Amino acid sequence: MANDQHDITLAELLIVACAEGWRGDGELLASGIGTIPRLAAGLAKLTHSPELLLTDGEAYLIEEPIPLGPRPEGFTLQAAGWMPFARIFECVWGGYRHALTMPSQIDRYGQTNISCLGADYDRPKTQLLGARGYPGNSINHINSYLVTSHGPRVFVKGEVDMVAGVGYNPARRTPGMRGDFIDLRRIVTDLCVLDFEGPQHAMRVRSLHPGVHFDDVQAATGFELLRAPEMGVTPLPDATQLDIIRRLDPHNLRASALRNNPPALRAAPRAEVPA
Amino acid sequence: MALNKQLGAQDLVAQLRDGMTIGIGGWGPRRKPMALVREILRSDLKDLTIVTYGGPEVGMLCAAGKVRKLVFGFVSLDAIPLEPYFRRAREAGGMDICELDEGMLQWGLRAAAMRLPFLPTRVGLASDVHARYPDFKTISSPYADGETLLAMPALHLDVALLHVDQCDRLGNSRILGPDPYFDDLFARAAKRCYVSCEQLHERLDLGEHGSTDAARANSFERYLVTGVVHAPGGAHPTSCAPHYGWDMKHLKQYCASAEQENGWQAYANDYLAGGESDYQARVGGAAHIGSLPVTAI
Repeated sequence: MANDQHDITLAELLIVACAEGWRGDGELLASGIGTIPRLAAGLAKLTHSPELLLTDGEAYLIEEPIPLGPRPEGFTLQAAGWMPFARIFECVWGGYRHALTMPSQIDRYGQTNISCLGADYDRPKTQLLGARGYPGNSINHINSYLVTSHGPRVFVKGEVDMVAGVGYNPARRTPGMRGDFIDLRRIVTDLCVLDFEGPQHAMRVRSLHPGVHFDDVQAATGFELLRAPEMGVTPLPDATQLDIIRRLDPHNLRASALRNNPPALRAAPRAEVPA
Repeated sequence: MALNKQLGAQDLVAQLRDGMTIGIGGWGPRRKPMALVREILRSDLKDLTIVTYGGPEVGMLCAAGKVRKLVFGFVSLDAIPLEPYFRRAREAGGMDICELDEGMLQWGLRAAAMRLPFLPTRVGLASDVHARYPDFKTISSPYADGETLLAMPALHLDVALLHVDQCDRLGNSRILGPDPYFDDLFARAAKRCYVSCEQLHERLDLGEHGSTDAARANSFERYLVTGVVHAPGGAHPTSCAPHYGWDMKHLKQYCASAEQENGWQAYANDYLAGGESDYQARVGGAAHIGSLPVTAI
């Protein structure tokens, strides 16, 4: 099937950008939590990184990524191994994982929050999930993050309201603790791809999505960003990647992953698509 | 005399006391001992410290005013990410909490299980889980590395409440679902562990259940089990794979009640006023519960 570039959605571009994060990781557990992260993990395994380990999202290791959503009649899970939560923790604490998750807040240090919002921890403005596995993940293994609505409420000024995921903030280090397992790789947002490869792990814009300018990203961020010297444009998915994404997402759940399901080429005029 | 640990849920709850620390097994909206929780909701028990990977039981116990302190890694219904009554209790302020990383929680249970005062870990350091909870201490490795580690204190439980697939009257148990979660550690960390079950057998070592393959689904020893409650459908509205999935319709209705004036009272009137058989009749009966599909994530 020919793919008109104007039919490619931003969600599909983000899936490819997220999948790139696992390139070169070797035999690690690739955990993508959420629609786009899960599709990205599957895409990474089926393209550049077949050595990655995946789970079915429940308790089993699989070698064939499982399509998202309701499964066809007669579907039987084919498992290669067993990965209950007890073994997930063994994997996390041993450092054999690169997780891609979706925090509610991120600060300049890469510290992240999914626990609760507001200045008063004892009486939060909004209670979210709790810290979940963020403290353990972030101090033990590689982490990347996805933000589907890049703005100053997510990329906050100062520190996040509750530091669940640790980052590169020297003031938070307890003397004598080991921080060398902290390894934040990239943040994929609906505007750009960020990394931590600036001086003292400062956050840099690594690529801008088509039609986005650096100033747009800076204006949507509560702290100063650097430009990577090689900063370019985030590539569009190619036909092979799109075919795999469609196969892994037969119910088109990715269409609901971003508000209004925008096209990847948002600055370009979009042809009317018949309903 | 042969052991017979069977008892009724009401008899079990009559053995609990105000102020106890109660660990609850399962994970979020999965395999929660809800029939036992409902019996607590119907009781006068109060000032409880609840230790759990939280699902709807946390919201219900908070809404009913049973919780003095919550020790948790998360509270979520997964498909419905935010638990409304837990959220309300936190946002109202004044709730005594100990917020943990998921791994720290099992580590604290493990310390209690092994009769140790603490277990070291890196997890929690540099995060607000450590900074916001002054009771956590750090410790230096006594070896050449000298590394500073968090000393995760033992999480001692007065009582653990679990829901499993099969038990026998002796207290042998089996979890047939895909993940035993940390039920074994809850059992080991508790002075007394009560297990409700879908199926109660005289003896699990006899007949079709006696094979050694089947026995691998046993995740903790019967010497840990004080009592066994036969409660088919007892995880509803949470899931108990492979028997049944979560009841999303009921969970949505429960969550919607939090948006209503006196919503918890209405929910309690509708579903908790009678006993467990009344509850099951009101949610559609045992056949309905048994037919709830186990959904893929």
